[in-house]
Amino acid sequence: MSHIEKDTLGAKLGMWLFLFTELLLFGGLFILYSVYLARYPQQFSTGGRQLDLVFGATNTVVLLTSSLSAAMAVTAVKRGERRLTLALLSGTLGCAAIFLVIKYLEWSAKIGHGIFPGSAKLIAGAPGESVFFGLYYLTTGLHGIHVVIGAALIGWIGIKVKSGAIHTGDNVSLENVTLYWHLVDLVWIFIFPLYYLIL
Amino acid sequence: MTNDSAEHIVSYGKLTAVWVALLVLTTATVLVTRVDLGAGKVWAALAIACVKSGLVIAFFMHMKYEPRLFRAILFVALVTLATFIGFTFFDVLYR
Repeated sequence: MSHIEKDTLGAKLGMWLFLFTELLLFGGLFILYSVYLARYPQQFSTGGRQLDLVFGATNTVVLLTSSLSAAMAVTAVKRGERRLTLALLSGTLGCAAIFLVIKYLEWSAKIGHGIFPGSAKLIAGAPGESVFFGLYYLTTGLHGIHVVIGAALIGWIGIKVKSGAIHTGDNVSLENVTLYWHLVDLVWIFIFPLYYLIL
Repeated sequence: MTNDSAEHIVSYGKLTAVWVALLVLTTATVLVTRVDLGAGKVWAALAIACVKSGLVIAFFMHMKYEPRLFRAILFVALVTLATFIGFTFFDVLYR
């Protein structure tokens, strides 16, 4: 056992400060969304009705479950249950994979219908609709990148748990990675109603 | 006070209960937006999303068990975002 002092509280505080910058990043996109919704309510409605509620709702459940698994992994590591920690982190990774597959199906269906930024169909259509789908691709795409990064971090932390570098006494990096993962879930909690439900 | 021995561990049962609540709220938000409430459904959906976020932050992200400083900076971040939203709409709606 090494005797390196770790400032657990400082590490978590730093992570939270970073998460606030992420909150403001996505917050900006949500402001953009609401301003354009106020300007083009009809066309946003037409756009929103074309999104698949089943895909959106399934992905909501998948992400909530992945978050549960990540939160349980923190409990497991603090209780010294290494195998369970690894199983729970794998669960989160599995959910991340399902989420991305569903996102892929959803996007490819839209692109197959000629709906993507700069497509002939959107250029010929009403301006509000191309704004809607532009924001849709930007927001869900940025969120998707966060899912990929979060999954990579979960995988990396899993390797560290396996090697014994993260254990009951030293697990703040696992905690911080799960905080990032929960942020990904939080952002989706708002994307889902705004894009799939209220229009 | 903040050393590792005083660290709070959230039980599996509690986490699962939060997850169940989140699923119930997700169902509620889908159902409430299927009804034609006009602008009401936007506010209902946003209110439910805020409650869900609160649950995720408080329990999954352990905010409930962190020192007060963490909640203070969360509050500052949310007030900043609310200010952005507020001033944007002052401009957009009364232009």
